[in-house]
This record gives sequence, structure tokens and C-alpha cells, in this order.
Amino acid sequence: MVPPMTSPVVSLRGIHTRFGRNVVHEGLDLDIAQGEIVALVGGSGSGKTTLLRHIIGLTRPAAGAVELFGEPLHADGEQARLARRRRFGVLFQHGALFSALTVGENIAFPLRELGVVDEAEIRELVALKLEMVEMEPEHAVLMPAELSGGMVKRAALARALALEPELLLLDEPTAGLDPDRSAAFVRLMRSLHAELGLTVVLVTHDLDTLAAMATRVAVLAERRIVSFATLEQTLQVDHPFVQRFFLGENGRRALERAKGAA
Amino acid sequence: MMQVLEVDGAGVSLHGDWTLRGLAPHLPAVRRRLAGLGPDRAWSLKGIERLDSFGATLIWRAWGRRWPSRLEIDDTRRATIARIAHSSAHPIPLAARARMLDTIPALGFTLFEFAAHVRDFVTLLGTLLLDLLHLLRHPRRWPLLEISATVHKVGVKALPVSALVGFLIGVVLSYLSSLQLKTFGADVFIVDILGMGIIRELGPVLVSVLVAGRSGSAMTAQLGVMRVTEEIDALAAMGVSRSLRLVLPKVLGLTLAMPLLVLWTSAIALFGGWVSAWVELDLSFQFFVSALPDAVPVANVYIGLSKGAVFGLLIALIACHFGLRVQPDTESLSSNTTASVVSAITVVILVDAVFAIATRSVGLPV
Repeated sequence: MVPPMTSPVVSLRGIHTRFGRNVVHEGLDLDIAQGEIVALVGGSGSGKTTLLRHIIGLTRPAAGAVELFGEPLHADGEQARLARRRRFGVLFQHGALFSALTVGENIAFPLRELGVVDEAEIRELVALKLEMVEMEPEHAVLMPAELSGGMVKRAALARALALEPELLLLDEPTAGLDPDRSAAFVRLMRSLHAELGLTVVLVTHDLDTLAAMATRVAVLAERRIVSFATLEQTLQVDHPFVQRFFLGENGRRALERAKGAA
Repeated sequence: MMQVLEVDGAGVSLHGDWTLRGLAPHLPAVRRRLAGLGPDRAWSLKGIERLDSFGATLIWRAWGRRWPSRLEIDDTRRATIARIAHSSAHPIPLAARARMLDTIPALGFTLFEFAAHVRDFVTLLGTLLLDLLHLLRHPRRWPLLEISATVHKVGVKALPVSALVGFLIGVVLSYLSSLQLKTFGADVFIVDILGMGIIRELGPVLVSVLVAGRSGSAMTAQLGVMRVTEEIDALAAMGVSRSLRLVLPKVLGLTLAMPLLVLWTSAIALFGGWVSAWVELDLSFQFFVSALPDAVPVANVYIGLSKGAVFGLLIALIACHFGLRVQPDTESLSSNTTASVVSAITVVILVDAVFAIATRSVGLPV
């Protein structure tokens, strides 16, 4: 009885954001359809993470509307808002694992909060999520402080996946991972995407990841989305940021690598 | 209930939405119906529209962790379940259950923990001593800016709150005492009670408790967060001694600020005491001020002030000791901050008792 998903999973309309005098977004629009993997790129301080926080509902824009799954993010009662929140998973930039809990407890936490999954199932699901992110079952008993930077990222991804989200929001998912792990991460995201029809929004600076994963690229510059198209089309856009970001020496090399891999 | 499971003579067929969100509303019923089925029946998963790893876990558990011999399934669903099959073969290790016998090693570990505290504290003291020697030889290296910042933070900014607390304690103490004294007609002795009590005992201890809660906790939390965010490591990497830049200024600053804070608080508490005595006993301010030096030998002021300095030193040392022991997690930060405040107050009261014994023949009116 799944309703046909005609409305976009994420819809941003006329978003205005300001910090004091600093205007970050001005009349920003963005629609993300189901099943897309959208890479959000932009210069430092262009408000990518802030936009992600608007989508999560941690911050509210000064003006404009945020809709998730075709419903206004902040509408309806407590229960409906909670249910909406459980439909997406978030990977924060530095993992944001609960430092007082073990890795296993971190992953189990959202499942326990849900209150319908029993302990034996939780154990299996935790083991599965750990395996999904290429961690060993033994890692479940470690504390976050005992993990390396890359392991923190993977454990945090496992936690974000715990509630089987339809929408995954990733803030710099591959920053701090070695190229091997980045590639594994990309493979993992692709397979999840294929299996579950997951919609993914990722903020990234990593062109390799972007080229390998993204079905669409949203370029955030001049306080709005200046381009929202496939990578090939984005490369044609005549905008100074796009030219610098994609067609600088590093960009060119990454794109060639991606083409070679494909 | 949405129909997701059908059992008939031919076997079991699953339909519809087998995701966590889809199953959650009627999960107990689904679990119950899955329970008795087992892998020996014919299973058809062709009708499943959506399957996530939670749904796959339910199915795999219903099968008793092995593939049914008669199974209709498409390849993507099979892959989803195969992943569960693979990971459930390598379960996460169970956390060890606590047993009665564990209390014995736990006791031993407590002892080691205590020994570690003593060792770290002595190390801290030694490092500070070496730093002081170093500073005596290199007078230009004194962290004066940091020391004055500490004095401002723990001293100047604490003036209003310590005045308020001191005043109220003075009022209460004086009120209760004057009620008793009035019945004996010994009104004038209110000056002796307030003077001795506040200057020698109450002032320093009161300020210490206040400062331990206010500044000791802040010092521990600050050092703790600096450890969590690797700022202390950054300092070490630049070749800057953490004890010289972080610990020493706090210790010296608090040792300097505390006697002044004690002086201020005791004075306000005496004033509060006079206000109450004036209301209750109609005691004039001139009389109160002129009777005070006779009732309280000046040695008591020195005792009060030196107590202040010693307590300040101890509070800062304990706060820094616990701050540097913080591990990079929130639990450790909170437990160390608690330990810092509790130990500081306990130690202050213990040392106060030592002071009382050591100065038992000093400064008492004959």
C-alpha cells in the first residue's frame, strides 16, 4: 500500500537564512526526487551544512518552506513529526556518536527508542549494520573514543541506517577516509540505493565520491542553487565556482578517474 | 491489519510491505504468526513489494537461520536475506554479565585507581614545583596575563554572589544567636560570637564551598574539554608546557584571589550580622565596630586569610588534577567534574579541622 511517490522527497521553497548581518541563503529553491543521489557542493561558508540542518529540522530558515516526503517539516502534531523524523537518517560531519555508549549501543539506540524491536532482533540488526559498513562484530563493544576517525564515520553511518531510512543525509561522508574506504563507502551507498530505493543528499568536497555516486549535482553559490543537473550538464555551466571546482586541475583528474572506472 | 502473511495448504506466502515502518504497527501479531512456521514449509516471497533488513531479519529468524528447501524468491530479495544470513553467522560478542566474584577485582581496581590518583597528584605537584623553579630563573616567562585573568574570573566576578551569601549567613547566624543571648541578657556577646565565628571559621569555609562549586568545577570542565578537543595536545606539540600555561596560572590565581575573597565575604557577613543584631538587640554600629577588636584578637584575621590561601591552593590543585584526568567522552567529563567539586569540599573541611587543631592555642581571647 505504498503511495505513489509523485511529490519530491525533499522540497525547499524560497529559503532565506541569515546569521546576524550575514545572509547565507536568499530565495533558495531545490526539489529532490525519490531515488536520487544528490551531491550538494559549494565553497566554504556557502551554507551547505546549514541547508542540511534546515532539512533535518535542527534549524529553521528565516523564511521559506521545507517539505519532506510531501509534508511540511514542522507541521502536524508531535507524533506525526516524530514519525517523519524516523524516515530519514543523518550522518554528521564528525560522526556524533554518543561517547558514553559503545558502538553497538549507539547503533541499537534508535531501534530501542522505537520500542517495537526485541533485543534478539536488535542484536542481529546491529551485527548486520556493522557488516554493511565493513566493520567487525567485535567492534560493537568498543567505545567511540577507541575508534579511528574512519571507523567513527562508518559506525555513525551504521547508526544512521539503523531505522531503515528512506532518505539519508550525509555531511562530508568521505572526509577523513582513506581512498580505499571511500571507494568501499561509495559501493555501499550504491548497493543500498539499488536495494532500497534510498534517496541520498550528501554534502561533499570529494570529487571522486561525487563523480562515482551522484546522480545529480546541486551547486550552491551566490546564496542560491545556481545549477541542479547531472554531472555532465553541470560541467557545461558557465559559472566561476563550477569552473574552479570541477575544471581545476584536481577536478579534471578526479573526473577522468571516475570515467575510467565507469 | 494489513495482510502481509498467508498460510495455506501449499505453504507460506508473504506479501506487501516488509519494512520496519510498514510492519511496526502490527509487529507482535506478525511475530506470533511467523513463530511456528519454520523452514520445512514451502515459502513464497514473490509477493513482497518492499523488503528491508529488518523484514529480512524477521524472515531469517522465522526460518530458524537456514534456507527453506522450497523457496520462491527473486534475486534482490535473496541478496538482502543472504546478507542477514551472513552477518548472523558472526554475532556481536555479548557483554560480560556482572557476577558476585567480580566485586573482589573491582575492590582491587578501586585501590589501584586511588593509587593512580595519588601518583598523578604528586606528579602534578612536582611539575608545578619545577615550573616555579624554572620561573624563578627566567622571570620573563611568568604567565602574568593568565594569572590576572584567573584572578578576575575567580575573584572579581565572584564578588556579588559571595557578598549575597555572606550577608545572608551573617543575618541568619546573628538572628539565631541573639535570640539565645537575649534570654540570658548577654546581648553584648553577639560581637564575640559573630567575630570569632565568621572571621576564623565560617568566612573561609563558606567561600571555599562557593569557590569549589563555582570556579573549581569550571576549571575541571575547561581542562577536560581542552583534552577532548585535543587543545592540550596542540599545546604540547608547540612545545608549550601545559602545567606552566594552564595549571600554574589557575593555582596561583586562586591562591591569590581566595584570601581577598575571604576578607570581602567575612566583612559583608559581619555587616549582615550587625544589621540583624541592630534589629533584634538594638546594637549600634559604633559599639559593634569598637567592640570587635577587643573580642577578636587580630591573629584570627591572619588565620582566616591563610586558611583562604591554603583552601584556594587545594581547590585549584584538585580541579586541575581531575581536569587532566578527563577521557575523551561525556561520561568521564561529568564524573570528573563531580569528583573535583566533591573532593575539593571534602578536603577543605578536612584541612579546616587540621587548622583548628594546629591553631588551638592561637588567637583566643583570654
